[in-house]
Amino acid sequence: MSPDERAVSVRGVAKSFGGTRILSDISLDIAAGTVHALVGENGAGKSSLGKIIGGYYTPDEGEVSIFGKVVTRYSPREALGVGVAMIHQELQLAPELNVVQNVFLGRESNRYGVLVKGDLERFAALEKTCNFGIDPLAKVARLRLAERQKVEIMRAIARDARVIIMDEPTSSLTEDEADRLHEVIRLLKAQGKTVIYVSHFLDHIIANCDNVTVMRDGHVVRTAPIAGESKKSLVDSMLGQTSDILWPELPPAPDVSVPAVAELRNVATSTGLSNISLVVRPGEIVGLVGLVGSGRTEVARAMFGADPIRSGEYYIDGKLQPRIKVMDAVAQGVALVPEDRRKQGLVLTQTVRPNISLGTLDAISRGGIISRSREVQRVKEMIAHFGIVPGQVDGRVLRYSGGNQQKVLLSKWAVARPKLLILDEPSRGVDIGARQRIHQFIVETARQGVGILLISSELEEVINLSHRSYLLSDGRIFAEEPSSSLTVESALHRVFLEQNQEHPEAAA
Amino acid sequence: MTDATAKAPMARQRRGWSIADIVREYGVLLIIVLLLVVLTLLSDSFLTPRNLLNILNQSTPLFIVSCALTLVIIGGGFDLSTGAIFGVAAVSAAWIALNVDPYLAMVAAPLIGIVLGTINGVIITAFNVHSFLVTLATSLVYRGMAILVTNGKLIPVRIDEFAWLGRQKLDLGGGVAVNVAVIVMLVFMALIMFILNRTTLGRAIYAVGGNEEAALLSGIRTNLVKIITFAFSGGAAGLAGVITVSRLSMGEPQAGTGLEFEAIAAVILGGTSIMGGAGAIWRSMAGVLLLALIGNGFNILNVNPFFKDLTTGVIIVLAVALAAAGNRR
Repeated sequence: MSPDERAVSVRGVAKSFGGTRILSDISLDIAAGTVHALVGENGAGKSSLGKIIGGYYTPDEGEVSIFGKVVTRYSPREALGVGVAMIHQELQLAPELNVVQNVFLGRESNRYGVLVKGDLERFAALEKTCNFGIDPLAKVARLRLAERQKVEIMRAIARDARVIIMDEPTSSLTEDEADRLHEVIRLLKAQGKTVIYVSHFLDHIIANCDNVTVMRDGHVVRTAPIAGESKKSLVDSMLGQTSDILWPELPPAPDVSVPAVAELRNVATSTGLSNISLVVRPGEIVGLVGLVGSGRTEVARAMFGADPIRSGEYYIDGKLQPRIKVMDAVAQGVALVPEDRRKQGLVLTQTVRPNISLGTLDAISRGGIISRSREVQRVKEMIAHFGIVPGQVDGRVLRYSGGNQQKVLLSKWAVARPKLLILDEPSRGVDIGARQRIHQFIVETARQGVGILLISSELEEVINLSHRSYLLSDGRIFAEEPSSSLTVESALHRVFLEQNQEHPEAAA
Repeated sequence: MTDATAKAPMARQRRGWSIADIVREYGVLLIIVLLLVVLTLLSDSFLTPRNLLNILNQSTPLFIVSCALTLVIIGGGFDLSTGAIFGVAAVSAAWIALNVDPYLAMVAAPLIGIVLGTINGVIITAFNVHSFLVTLATSLVYRGMAILVTNGKLIPVRIDEFAWLGRQKLDLGGGVAVNVAVIVMLVFMALIMFILNRTTLGRAIYAVGGNEEAALLSGIRTNLVKIITFAFSGGAAGLAGVITVSRLSMGEPQAGTGLEFEAIAAVILGGTSIMGGAGAIWRSMAGVLLLALIGNGFNILNVNPFFKDLTTGVIIVLAVALAAAGNRR
């Protein structure tokens, strides 16, 4: 590759945080006008490398050049100046502003600093390229995660970035939305832009990228054209060993005569659910299949007492639960691992230990006084059980990789020994190693007789890890199937068909 | 079990402390040590047990209020009404001591503080209004109450039993005597430290301040936790109020004016995050000590006291900047 073809060139870069080495001796070139994938397990350093290229982190050693020019005193602002924009895994938008204001943040149409009209027209032009279908005047706080991500992407495109770094762009998108994002990426490439694509979704990478850099433990394993790679070859080099993606074997499904651990009858909520009836039996894994916005999360929240049930009945272990609150649910052995681990799950100002204990303080205390030794012992067991790295009892969870943060969050409810475990996106933004550990955890928990309700945007995960699935659309359950009779294609087909029947105008 | 933990890959984790880390974590202690050294060198009368105990004794009310305020701030709140609650408690204690019983006054003042603090907490959680606004408003109401019930007049209390709390010294042997108030303060501080570090309530306070939604989704009664922190803050202001009245033999409706800002300054100076979810009692205690040392230094060195506020302000800015610089990546 001749120097002028290089959009980004990284030479000997190293980075540490508080004594922990994140990246060592990273060198790679990214050719202009290509889509370049960074893959690796969580904690392998691919997000950190993206952030160094995007100007968010300053390397301790080594240098970064953009279009042949070595950058010094590099910050996100200066990165934008040389045409590098980053789209984050943890979205960075101003929630109180609307879509247009966010897209043009810092680039508003103005005359001598006074805002003037024109942003809506610019947005319309942008929307022609992206075709995302977002209401330009909607407040970002009211948008769902997938829509917020689109706003981030539009923001980068609005900045005329020549290099766009996308950190896990599809982790909260449905397959259909991801396809549309990939079309946008192809369009960007056709316009000569360079895209750095950080992701766990190997299918997406193989289908959409030109080159790939595989990382492991803060090192580059290799950089190669995607043409010579397969899903298996990538996973093998990420893990440093040969392995197949295997779904763990499910425990036998409980008999239909077994009384339910949780049951909803004709439940409706103010969050948009209507006529929801479902059953979870002990030792059974029940999947909720539906698109983003179909009411999956709302079902989980209602069963956890987080949103009020307006009509219908909810039974836990055969006992009617009128006006259930979160603490009542927890007291009766219900646990919820929420979809957004940073906003709803973890207390990031605290270390691993208090985070794991937070849901079950009563179990390790007497008269309100916590037994330090029992607490530490329990936390150590969880660290070993899940293989949480770094394995410190008081490790700063804020600095942990997504996979390890998720393991901490699962530990919080694993120590509770729940009767009903609700998992909302348990493996979002998590690397393959952690994902396999989480799958194993789900199956072994069910084997112990716990009823599990599983929600995931990855249909493959729900279908392969559950006994039975409910298919949701628009806040209603429209079908119930044994999961073994479903395939990703058939399930997708049915939820889309259902959606189109509800909104015939949207089908056109 | 232990075997498996030991085998966890710890190789990449180096438990090293850089100088920057130490400065960021313990900056306030370094400044205190520096000040101690400078004041000892500049004045013979500084490093004497008498002067040091005197510093401690004079700062007792601020120690107590800052201690409880730390709970509020870690829990994600803010309390601007402590000065006013201090005033209400002061005049109530003086009146009860005069007209009912001096010992009852010592108990009643903290209880009145707890009631007023609980009212703060209930308003904040019931209407879901930011504690900054609520306590700003209630501070005016409470101060108004203190002025109304006394008609703005001072209430002198010259009762020996009542002076016990503020003035009585206990001989510790070796010629060292400590005020009862200092002991009360140390016990209160130990209680708050215990609550924060060893109890489920303490955990809940950190969680509510760090991530309220996560706390709620963990089954924590977040509103109750917030109300309790404000009750503590009110109770502490009441306790500080009665100590001061006992010491001065005077109940004053304007007593404690500005105390809330001194307490906030001490907590911030110590390095407790104003964003909530993080912090420690020892930090606020160090913050109070630092403020007290600055004041004492001005006294014993005979420096123009007009420079005191200016110096204090500059030191707060430096301390906060130091802490923030460490957080940059």
